[in-house]
Amino acid sequence: MSAGHPEAAHGAHEARHGAHHDPHEAPHGTYESYTRGFVLSVILTAIPFILVMFRPIDSAGYTAAIVLACALIQILVHMIYFLHMSPKAEGGWLLLSTVFTIVLVVIALAGSLWIVYHLNSNMMPSMGEMPNIERPYDE
Amino acid sequence: MAIEQHIPTTFLFGRLTWEAFPIHEPILVATFAGVVLGGLALLGAITYFRLWGFLWKEWFTSVDHKKIGIMYIVLGIVMLLRGFADAVMMRLQQALAFNGSEGYLPAHHYDQVFTAHGVIMIFFVAMPLVTGFMNFVMPLQIGARDVAFPFLNNFSFWMTVGGAVITMVSLFVGEYAQTGWLAYPPLSGIANSPYVGVDYYIWGLQVAGVGTTLSGINLIVTIIKMRCPGMTMMRMPIFTWTALCSNILIVAAFPVFTALLVLLALDRYVGTNFFTADNGGNPMMYVNLVWIWGHPEVYILILPAFGIFSEVTSTFSGKRLFGYSSMVYATVCITVLSYIVWLHHFFTMGSGASVNSFFGITTMIISIPTGAKLFNWLFTMFRGRIRYEPPMMWTVAFMLTFTIGGMTGVLLAVPPADFVLHNSLFLIAHFHNVIIGGVVFGLFAGIQFWFPKAFGFKLEPFWGKVSFWCWLTGYWLAFTPLYVLGLMGVTRRMRVFDDPSLQIWFLIAAIGAGVIACGIAAFLIQIGVSILRRDQLRDTTGDPWDGRTLEWATSSPPPAYNFAFTPVVREIDAWWDMKSAGYVRPTSGFIPIHMPKNTPAGMILAGLAVVCGLALVWYIWWLAALSFLGLIGYAIWHTFNYNRDYHIPATQVTATEDARGQLLAGRA
Amino acid sequence: MTTTAATPVFYLTEEEHHEPGGFTNLGFWIYLMSDCLIFAVLFATYGVLGASLAGGPGPRDLFDLSLVALNTTMLLLSSITYGFAMLAMHRMDQKETIKWLAITGLFGAAFIAIELYEFRHLIHEGAGPWRSGFLSAFFALVGTHGLHVSFGILWLIVSIVQVRAKGLIPANQRRLTCLSLFWHFLDVVWIGVFTFVYLMGVLR
Repeated sequence: MSAGHPEAAHGAHEARHGAHHDPHEAPHGTYESYTRGFVLSVILTAIPFILVMFRPIDSAGYTAAIVLACALIQILVHMIYFLHMSPKAEGGWLLLSTVFTIVLVVIALAGSLWIVYHLNSNMMPSMGEMPNIERPYDE
Repeated sequence: MAIEQHIPTTFLFGRLTWEAFPIHEPILVATFAGVVLGGLALLGAITYFRLWGFLWKEWFTSVDHKKIGIMYIVLGIVMLLRGFADAVMMRLQQALAFNGSEGYLPAHHYDQVFTAHGVIMIFFVAMPLVTGFMNFVMPLQIGARDVAFPFLNNFSFWMTVGGAVITMVSLFVGEYAQTGWLAYPPLSGIANSPYVGVDYYIWGLQVAGVGTTLSGINLIVTIIKMRCPGMTMMRMPIFTWTALCSNILIVAAFPVFTALLVLLALDRYVGTNFFTADNGGNPMMYVNLVWIWGHPEVYILILPAFGIFSEVTSTFSGKRLFGYSSMVYATVCITVLSYIVWLHHFFTMGSGASVNSFFGITTMIISIPTGAKLFNWLFTMFRGRIRYEPPMMWTVAFMLTFTIGGMTGVLLAVPPADFVLHNSLFLIAHFHNVIIGGVVFGLFAGIQFWFPKAFGFKLEPFWGKVSFWCWLTGYWLAFTPLYVLGLMGVTRRMRVFDDPSLQIWFLIAAIGAGVIACGIAAFLIQIGVSILRRDQLRDTTGDPWDGRTLEWATSSPPPAYNFAFTPVVREIDAWWDMKSAGYVRPTSGFIPIHMPKNTPAGMILAGLAVVCGLALVWYIWWLAALSFLGLIGYAIWHTFNYNRDYHIPATQVTATEDARGQLLAGRA
Repeated sequence: MTTTAATPVFYLTEEEHHEPGGFTNLGFWIYLMSDCLIFAVLFATYGVLGASLAGGPGPRDLFDLSLVALNTTMLLLSSITYGFAMLAMHRMDQKETIKWLAITGLFGAAFIAIELYEFRHLIHEGAGPWRSGFLSAFFALVGTHGLHVSFGILWLIVSIVQVRAKGLIPANQRRLTCLSLFWHFLDVVWIGVFTFVYLMGVLR
């Protein structure tokens, strides 16, 4: 991406060999990159709000899909233009830790929803409509 | 609303009244008297020997990772005595409470004992010991001078102490939780636990948890950023690898617990409905979330123990570790896999066949990298010149004991089997089998192994062997009966029993606990004897075991700056490589060394956090607000201090290194 | 060098140049990742309890999307103004930096004010956090984000004082960089909040 700051990313190399440590080494943006990020964010925020507030698309499913897609893209936009994420920042550790965290967040979110959905439908049948779930205790 | 309580609250003291002090309970009064007398004796001795200034300047305010590591380990050993006292009380109660006898512990007391035992052993024994080792050993192993954020390290330590203090206060003021160590709601909700026990639990763990998370961040950055030149990731010692993975787990798991405790606290204090049984709350969500933290937690404890065993095995077999890279990959695999097995702790809660089989299979898969590690250790020993000194004895005992514990774990991973064994004493035996046989044995191996590095003299081996054999036999005596009882269907946390035929097993288990007590006593005697005979046991070389990693390259104990010159690494076993390539210790050309300054800020912040925690426990709102504001204010004030480091002058480095040179020459 | 050419180098004879705090960026990032997991728990709780209305009001009855849109605008504007502060900081322009930091703080304060107004309104309507599992989870998630923003504002104020006192010295630059990560991170979390809580809630 042209967004980050290629020459700034060099600060990220293996810390030990760099003799020139200074606080400027963290990659930072330019006026253009911040503005670009801002404009993209405004657009990506406006679209979902308009879609939900004025419902130009009747289907709730399509609307939800577009809203979610906008959110995902906007998160990426923020990461690139505002948080200056790049594969090279801090020797790749920044990206690695972020990807790892995203994996864990997905596991925790999806796992919790999956597990509690099943728990609710098996143990508290009044809470969810799910007649076909396996019920080990019914036998 | 369920919040209305009949516990009187005053503005000045909140819920705290004279009734909170258990003056009518003889056991507690006796314990209290003992603690007060012992405490006074200790304080008197410190005053008499004029040690306050020394302790304050050299230890409490120190940002030296080695001293902080040692303080963590001391905290762990002190709390082990408390946690073990709880264990003995339980064993005694269960051995006595037959044939119509109620035993000697009333239910109210017994329930607190088993809760406190679990909490203390995990959070205030195993965690401080593990963190202590990572603090002390890891920076030495990577050739660093300190950790990445030395002040934060000191703060983390005092927060852990703060959590322990809050938990210990509950013994004499009020009560502790009676909910079991994970405080499942709705039992831990305000409706069913209206008094302060669960609040002690919440705030004690919250304060300690902050320290643990910050220490995890600190050590990760240390490992990533501060390795000496040449030490690539695949040249790091295995202990450092396991420390890295363990700290990644800490940073990724403890926030979950922190958030969860906040939600539980909101339920209790504000009347929200996260985990209540009505108004749309869902107690099962608590169980789900607590195990998202809880399962990685057990790997946080065991991974560094694996690291210790790896170092010990290769050192005492005189060989490079077999399968270094497979060991690394296995560790990383376990780290990731430990996140997708949490449901196996509640197979029986009713999530159904599809969910249960998914988590059953992932649980079985995680045993594969663990098994690979065992084979690596065995192959390291194969054709090695094995020296059976105390660290190695603990390691071999671990391999035998842990394997059995691991196999009972795989058994429990099968959901249908778990339906039979869930919450039975079989489960208790299983997790003590892996935690004692894995973590505790590992920590003892580590203490025996690194003690000379920390203090400059070896531990006396005779009492070490007595301690070892007592622990090993004691462990098997205490927990084999629990396997048997569990298979017969006895559930955990029972206070009295109807079936007299079970009593013999509980008697054997109680005897086992007694033998373990002898093991602990022998360990304390070992330390005492070693201090008395420290001149004979002195390690002048800095390398008493013919070690392989960098911590053995410097003196014992290491100087404040660890290494006069930063080492350059070419190999996995860096120090072994240096020794065989003709390393000559530098004796001149020393330069000033840049080091962080000591500071009391960590202790003060943690002290304020303890006051805040206790005030919240007792509903003393003005004090909670005041101490919280004090905490924030002091933290901000601290950020205005920009002058946080200094240089050790070259002359001082030269003097230290010359002294070591003379010591080495005197030996030759 | 004390070693001859034939023997390998075992140590550095010069002190490695570790800028104090050269690790802060990575350390703070890892802290943010841990914070991310706190939010993951709150999102998961909201996901699980979001439909547990307990007979009380639901998202459609409660949420005023135009208010949320206004709030989102405040936070987005504060993001770009913080960006300008960072640009000024890299130019070593102390006055501009402080100016943009102050503007960022004002936008942040506006965000908090609007959020507090919304909370007050909800509680006034009998939709407080104790009403149902859904509302408990809603207040916990949105409130935790709001607490973070409030803390960020406090940090902004402290930073302004520190920049005034000491100038844009490296230590202060490092702190402003960390705060910038914190501030933008909260913006990312807010994207999740307005999407999953508000928009999806009204859509459902």
